[in-house]
Amino acid sequence: MSSKLMTEDDAIATLSDGMTIGIGGWGSRRKPMSLVRALLRSDLKDLTIVSYGGPDVGLLCAAGKVRKLVYGFVSLDSIALEPHFRLARQNGTIPEVVEYDEGMLQWGLYAASLRLPFLPTRAGLGSDVMKNNAFLRTVKSPYADGEELLAVPALELDAAFVHLNRADERGNAQFLGPDLYFDDLFLGAAQGRRFLSVEKIVPTAELFQAGSFHTVKINRSMVDGVIEAPNGAHFTNCQPDYERDEKFQKEYADAAKDPEAWASFVEKYLSGSEADYQKAVAAR
Amino acid sequence: MSDCTLAEICVAAVADTFRGDGEIFASGMGTIPMLGARLARATFEPDLLVSDGEAFFVANNLAIGGSEKEIEGWIPFRSVFDTLWGGRRHVVMGASQIDAYGNQNIANIGPWEKPKSQLLGVRGAPGNTINHTTTYFIGNQTDRVFVEKVDTVSGLGYDKVATMSDWVQKHHEIRRVVTNLGVFDFATPDHRMRLVSVHPGVSVEDVKAACSFELVIGDVAETRLPTNEELQVLREVLDPKSFRDREVPAA
Repeated sequence: MSSKLMTEDDAIATLSDGMTIGIGGWGSRRKPMSLVRALLRSDLKDLTIVSYGGPDVGLLCAAGKVRKLVYGFVSLDSIALEPHFRLARQNGTIPEVVEYDEGMLQWGLYAASLRLPFLPTRAGLGSDVMKNNAFLRTVKSPYADGEELLAVPALELDAAFVHLNRADERGNAQFLGPDLYFDDLFLGAAQGRRFLSVEKIVPTAELFQAGSFHTVKINRSMVDGVIEAPNGAHFTNCQPDYERDEKFQKEYADAAKDPEAWASFVEKYLSGSEADYQKAVAAR
Repeated sequence: MSDCTLAEICVAAVADTFRGDGEIFASGMGTIPMLGARLARATFEPDLLVSDGEAFFVANNLAIGGSEKEIEGWIPFRSVFDTLWGGRRHVVMGASQIDAYGNQNIANIGPWEKPKSQLLGVRGAPGNTINHTTTYFIGNQTDRVFVEKVDTVSGLGYDKVATMSDWVQKHHEIRRVVTNLGVFDFATPDHRMRLVSVHPGVSVEDVKAACSFELVIGDVAETRLPTNEELQVLREVLDPKSFRDREVPAA
């Protein structure tokens, strides 16, 4: 029985410049933030980021690591607009931007996870998603209806990061909150380098004591590396383990207002290790 | 009830858009849209499904910001997508810009390539509007919101849909637009936006001044006031902390 336990830095060490990384969670909810912070500490650059975006996107944009961004929205939920992402868009610092309908993003990930070249949908047709992403193609139904549909291309990932509540050390994993979001599809869309962080590593049997079997949605064939990261989703939420740290999120958002404030936020929270980060958060 | 607030008139106007919808997901983005759905379900449209805004359908008359949930179903985001692609939903969304044919923008202001102001992104608007009934609620109608041309088409208007498949034309519907000034629909021969009613104290001229395109204006009514029963449910049950008045302050 092989353990897949590793650290965030072990995971990041498998990546290289220019890779496409999918990040699970939704907005400012259950984001694999300790992996994102490890990515910020690395020298990696020119990344393509695929996300139902929240502060993961904002942080990576602010750090200048994003060459291409694929998203349906970017929001901090309780703060509707993500200020760091906004700055990056308004300053034109993200070279390539792919803005999809939320359902299109799901379909792209699902197509990749099923090893299909595309999946058809109506979502996106007629909107400026078609105009702003000139690579998109339509497909005609081969049946009697003959309807023209949007062929959402598979969104293949080089790596995926997700954060769940519990897992065993081989990667069987459980969500205990209200929503899995699309974490299983992010793992499915990556051919390797599928990294799962969790609040707590437990013996397999304990997963089935913590919640019904329906909550163990991730099996170990979907995961390459398992990271124990208590408070790893901070400052996004990880229900029921913890709620979003609204006060910290506000501090993060406010720091976008001027470069000096941002530099001091980075100095205070993001200049050291994950342990340093957690210590600085606890010391507030 | 002459003492009702503008926000309460807006909630009742949003609630009215759900009349006849039956057993579908009545989904509202923001306080007043959410209250409109909950008020409709609590009064004249009892079969609607309403959510807590997170991942559950609630059977009780849940207050905004309340936590006393009587859960009747699970609706995580993936099920929301399935439900909306299946057409069993009517959503009330916001709009940063809207044009005469109901094209809506929530993505960005200015050129998409390098926006003057980046907003949310298109979110679910393309998929919502092509799959099921949509209503818009706009709490601050101005001539910069009611525009000649939206900067990014997020939700589809009738002129876009006119060139699309029969299926799309059959299922696309922008039922109404409710603002702080009045109520609008698209029940005109070419589906241009029409002023249906103005709220008490608002003139047709006020509405025209807050609109950059030419509205169809025929017989304009006055928006109805909420009934005593509606006001009681709204004030005592659905929004006792009066979040509604924060979203639309009194005129």
